[in-house]
Amino acid sequence: MTQSVDHVALLPAYLAAGTAVLALLTDLFVGRRWVVFAAAALGAAATAASAVIVGRGDDRATFCAGDACSFLSTDRSALVAVLFALLTLGVLGISAATRDVPPGEYAFLLACSMTGGVVLGSAGDLITLIVALETLTLPLYVLVGLRRRTVASAEGAVTFFVVSVVATAVTLLGAALLYAAAGRVHFSALATGDLPDLPLTSVSVVLILAGLAFKVAAVPFHAWAPAAYDGAPVPVAAYLSTASKLGGVIAILYAVVDGLRPALDKSGPALAVLAVLTMTVGNLVALRQTRMVRLLAWSSVAQAGYILAPLGAFVLADGRAELSTAVAATLAYTVFYVVLELAAFGAVVALRPGEDGGTLEAYRGAARQRPWIGAALVLALIGLAGLPPGLAGLFAKVAVVRSLLEGGAGWLAVVVALNAVVGLAYYVRVSALLYAPMARAVPARVPWPVVTTLGAVTVIAIVIGFAPQLVLDAVNS
Amino acid sequence: MNALLIVVLAVPAVGAAAAALLPDRLGRIVGTVAAAGALIASLPLYRNSWFSYGPAGVRPWHEVDYAWVPALNLHFHLGVDGVSYPLVVLTTLLTLLCCGFTLWRTPDPGRGGTLVALLLVIEVGILGTFLALDLVLFFVFFEVVLLPMYAVIAVWGDRDRAHAARKFVLYTLFGSVLLLVGVFTVVASAGTANIVALTGGGEMSRTTQLVAFTLLAVGFAVKSPLWPLHTWLPDAHTQAPTVGSVILAGVLLKMGTYGLIRVAVGVTPEGARWAAPVLGVLAVAAIVIGSLVCLAQTELKRLIAYSSVGHMGFVLLGIATLTATGIQAALIGNVAHGIITGLLFFLAGAIKDRAHTGDLAQLGGLRERAPWLAGVLGFAAIASLGLPGLAGFWGEAFAVVAAIDRGGPLWTTLGVVAAVGGALTAAYFLRLLRRVTHGPVVGSIAPPALAPVEVAAWAPLVVLALAVGLVPGLVLGMADGPVQALLEALP
Repeated sequence: MTQSVDHVALLPAYLAAGTAVLALLTDLFVGRRWVVFAAAALGAAATAASAVIVGRGDDRATFCAGDACSFLSTDRSALVAVLFALLTLGVLGISAATRDVPPGEYAFLLACSMTGGVVLGSAGDLITLIVALETLTLPLYVLVGLRRRTVASAEGAVTFFVVSVVATAVTLLGAALLYAAAGRVHFSALATGDLPDLPLTSVSVVLILAGLAFKVAAVPFHAWAPAAYDGAPVPVAAYLSTASKLGGVIAILYAVVDGLRPALDKSGPALAVLAVLTMTVGNLVALRQTRMVRLLAWSSVAQAGYILAPLGAFVLADGRAELSTAVAATLAYTVFYVVLELAAFGAVVALRPGEDGGTLEAYRGAARQRPWIGAALVLALIGLAGLPPGLAGLFAKVAVVRSLLEGGAGWLAVVVALNAVVGLAYYVRVSALLYAPMARAVPARVPWPVVTTLGAVTVIAIVIGFAPQLVLDAVNS
Repeated sequence: MNALLIVVLAVPAVGAAAAALLPDRLGRIVGTVAAAGALIASLPLYRNSWFSYGPAGVRPWHEVDYAWVPALNLHFHLGVDGVSYPLVVLTTLLTLLCCGFTLWRTPDPGRGGTLVALLLVIEVGILGTFLALDLVLFFVFFEVVLLPMYAVIAVWGDRDRAHAARKFVLYTLFGSVLLLVGVFTVVASAGTANIVALTGGGEMSRTTQLVAFTLLAVGFAVKSPLWPLHTWLPDAHTQAPTVGSVILAGVLLKMGTYGLIRVAVGVTPEGARWAAPVLGVLAVAAIVIGSLVCLAQTELKRLIAYSSVGHMGFVLLGIATLTATGIQAALIGNVAHGIITGLLFFLAGAIKDRAHTGDLAQLGGLRERAPWLAGVLGFAAIASLGLPGLAGFWGEAFAVVAAIDRGGPLWTTLGVVAAVGGALTAAYFLRLLRRVTHGPVVGSIAPPALAPVEVAAWAPLVVLALAVGLVPGLVLGMADGPVQALLEALP
């Protein structure tokens, strides 16, 4: 039996992998920092462009066994690939100020991680999904620890590594048990057929969900996140809180919600509990943070709760016909969130180029010295809080609350709403601190790629704030 | 004429951007011009309500409707009728007066251009809330005012500003997130967010209406504020700069009462009928407790702030009766409170600027040293306590009349207690006058004379307080049709 491989469907993945090789070769032959970064950025842009072009064509599938295929190229996979490529591009942009990392390795690892993300969006079975997710995560262990001569960096990396490996093992165990119980790994086959009503099935679903919950840093699987974020170079923390989290969300969507649809009555309540715990604990702990990156880390834990809420709520409801509403709300919130989060981290880098995130106190009066960067940071924070003028964040919350109420989970909508109030308390504290009166030394020069990236991300945040229909259409297709 | 609805919002929005970007003095001037433009644009929105027919519970004089985010049921749907028109004009007028006032005096720490820009953004939010005929759009505009108002209090406020500002923003956000849940409870059940189509309750089940009304009413009660959810208000008012207090009391609180009439009562009437007794009892409690607290107040701005709690109690009592008289009383009470309390906060600011204290014990003998200031203060206080012939009278009197008309032991009792509360209002305002204008001379007032800008800012409010008092038909006439239409639409 011969198997034809659809190389067009694989094009974005080829380009992403090619970017990694290109970065490594450029570093070998040219060795100039900016050339390496430029080459990687070019590769990321090409990946995004190819994903758009492939996505605009018909749906494709390859590596098929019978009806079930392992690699699917659909509108959704194109959206995921574009998001990963653009996030990598953005993180490369704000990395221009990070001087204490070896550029070749740094760009190579980021591009490897991007490759994992691009493949993840197309995964059609549980094994491809787990391998892609590991390809996405593995380079990050090294990236977190890449800062030279920093103990915090090494600590963060080790914590992250140990926790993440355990999580992967748990997911793999779940997948193996599921295969033992059901004899299938393809999502399309799992979704349509009934799963055997065995305790083994429940155990496998719970294990898969728990393992994936680590990746989105959902409470109680979140403890690695603040240490890893704070130890990592700030652009890597940005990547962890956007691309890596996006990977976890996509994995949960594909495996638990799409693939294990027959088991949603078991995983649904678990997702709802995870969502409530995650947003509440994340917000409450964020209230007490005194370091900028840790605050953003805890806030991103809380945001993961909002992201999971529609999925958890929906499955509690009676009918499942509107499952797509919940999935669309989750995806929409994720898109709004990654844009705002990247803007926030970009502004942190621009305010303290080449340094770590520092304490909150170090930001006193920063917006008075650098009004535009300060305004961008405030816009991003207020957007994460979900209030005008951060309209993107407002519509993200609106989409989640709407899907919760359409799914008949009013109580969860109230929990989300009350959490938004707690969230505002710390976002507004930081924003007020940025405008507090305080004369400080002349700020350092910011490299232009950082400013350009921050400007571009902020413009995107403003545009999708006024035209959220663009995002909602993209996730609905 | 329909395009004017967009112009009314666009002019202050553009003005805000210009005021924020231009240098301080020029920014203030441009911002004030934009505020004047908004007032001029809002006036011709008036149309005699006889021309609007139709079966709907809301019959806008002018209307625009564009799809904005169809996936979230969000339409850019604006309209104006006799219920919203007086509030729209009140908003544009008060914002112009505040911007003009800022031209003359910017509170510390300066940066008047930014202050004017924030006032204009607040204006956009308030006007949008009054004009929105789409529930989701209503919510979006409702949220727009939060952070600018926070900034106004937090930057230009008094000593304890940071605490007061945070309390304001968290409390009112609490209200508006419940509003968000309430709005989507309605939208998810009815499948549309169009207020015109939804007024009367539509096809919603009784349970949905009860749940939605509870959420909406709590949301609006925080904003109005209704006792016992009012505790953010005294702090915010006391700490806010003069122009902030004027906007806050004059029009921002009205978003709550307007929302209660248009959204909570209009869209979920079953829920309103079910909760009316609770609302009525809380309203009367607000009147009595507000008055009693005022009797014990020793700080000028705090006293006026608590008087707002009492006055809004009368407005809410009027709404709770769910009768034409009651809702009319609420509408005119809203407008009168906006005019009079706006004036009172201007005066309190003027007195605090001159005496450098708001402590009643440190003030006194104003009549002898600053007769004009004392005179206007006396006028405003008497208007506020509800002397017949001045604007404050109609809202309070007819809220009581509506409650007694409603009949039954509960509503009669509420009417009587509210009337007693009205008498207490008179008591504390007379106490205020006795302490501040009469009494022995304490402390110093410099300068004693009124500045021309102050005269210009206060004169329109004095004239309106008289005009609405003498000819209540100015407000009631145009609200008559819409209120009838609203009540006819209720099942």
